[in-house]
Amino acid sequence: MQEVAGSAGGQYPTSYRAVARRFAPGERVRVRATAPLGHIRTPFYIRGHVGVIERYCGAFPNPEELAQMRDGLPAQPLYRVRFLQTEVWPDYAGEANDTIDIEIFQHWLEGLKGGADETSPPPSDPPRARP
Amino acid sequence: MSAQQDRGEYQALTYFQLMEVSLRELLVEKGVVSEQAVSDTVEDMRRRGPETGARVVAKAWVDAEFKRLLLENGTRACEAMGIDVPVLKLVVVENTPQVHNMIVCTLCSCYPRMLLGIPPDWYKSRNYRSRAVREPRAVLAEFGLQIAEDVTIRVHDSTADMRYMVLPMRPAGTEGWNEARLASIVNRDSMIGVAVPTIPKP
Amino acid sequence: MGGLPADRVVPSEHDTAEWERRVDALMTLLSGVKGGPPRMTVDELRKNIEAIGPEAYDKMSYYERWVTSITQTMIQRGIITTDELGQKMEAVRARPEAKCKK
Repeated sequence: MQEVAGSAGGQYPTSYRAVARRFAPGERVRVRATAPLGHIRTPFYIRGHVGVIERYCGAFPNPEELAQMRDGLPAQPLYRVRFLQTEVWPDYAGEANDTIDIEIFQHWLEGLKGGADETSPPPSDPPRARP
Repeated sequence: MSAQQDRGEYQALTYFQLMEVSLRELLVEKGVVSEQAVSDTVEDMRRRGPETGARVVAKAWVDAEFKRLLLENGTRACEAMGIDVPVLKLVVVENTPQVHNMIVCTLCSCYPRMLLGIPPDWYKSRNYRSRAVREPRAVLAEFGLQIAEDVTIRVHDSTADMRYMVLPMRPAGTEGWNEARLASIVNRDSMIGVAVPTIPKP
Repeated sequence: MGGLPADRVVPSEHDTAEWERRVDALMTLLSGVKGGPPRMTVDELRKNIEAIGPEAYDKMSYYERWVTSITQTMIQRGIITTDELGQKMEAVRARPEAKCKK
């Protein structure tokens, strides 16, 4: 399995003023199951599902805001999150280990760790993703 | 091309073609774009195509350090080859004997255009975008690609700022080939993940 | 759209027509990729395609959706007005050479 080092700035670091990063590779997260209006880049099919952070991509302006002619700042941390297909689709016809990787912005993700401290800084040397 | 030189058949502009001409002329009149910039950009995009991606794949097949860089930061690796890829944030995903990768953009049609050129119609189609995430094996079978049960399929949905390219496995029987020959067997579909490179029959 | 029932993928491609390439180029230029000031974002392009509604996929081709969306965005941003567009479209339509290659 391909592993990518999670540098502090992400695979594609940007210099935008950004929201603090909350998640590290390997962490389990749930995609929020809400359906607001506007332009949204979190696909319907993944809302409510649980996956694992595969890598931190960097912080980018929020596309929901950019779509409305606003600057989308502060930038939102963006992650690739890996999901097991058998957990996403009730009738998945492939193999048990098949996965789907999706880029999801931090504000769509909730941590699953019990007692997670939302204000703690991310580890300086994040573990590599091993889903 | 002037009307005298070109003997192709013509028809009245459709509503949307009319819109394109009108929009472009208005933007030129207002100094937002120039006709020269439009035609230069058209030519620039015409020159971008899968052949460039194939060169990147071939180099990764022969140069282990380049492959490592490609997987770590696809954009920097392309730039190291002198390939101009403005705004591209390329994530390269590697096929192995255990893993086969497939790329889709369910929300629209995001594609590493600056590297591979304009995507094919089927990649933008409702059918591919709906089914690639849910039944990748069936879709691959429709493309003529059977993936063994013990090979994991990873689908990548390009929903945000990253763009994806598959690094296919180098086929057996290509030992000793130079980069140009290797690149010649890497087609666009193998970099999207709906095909794998094959050696042409003699 | 991911996961919705759909038909067999037809591996079709067509040679991109010149007017479609010009639409593509306009988007590249307007989003500032070529160095000019960005006049719109891909996010607005996508949002305005979504705003066309479900008929967009039944009745319009890919670049027809793009040109519609880019034009809407230019109107929303006040770079062109609806009236300017209407006047221009009438004028272009009236030209004897207003034709496109089949």
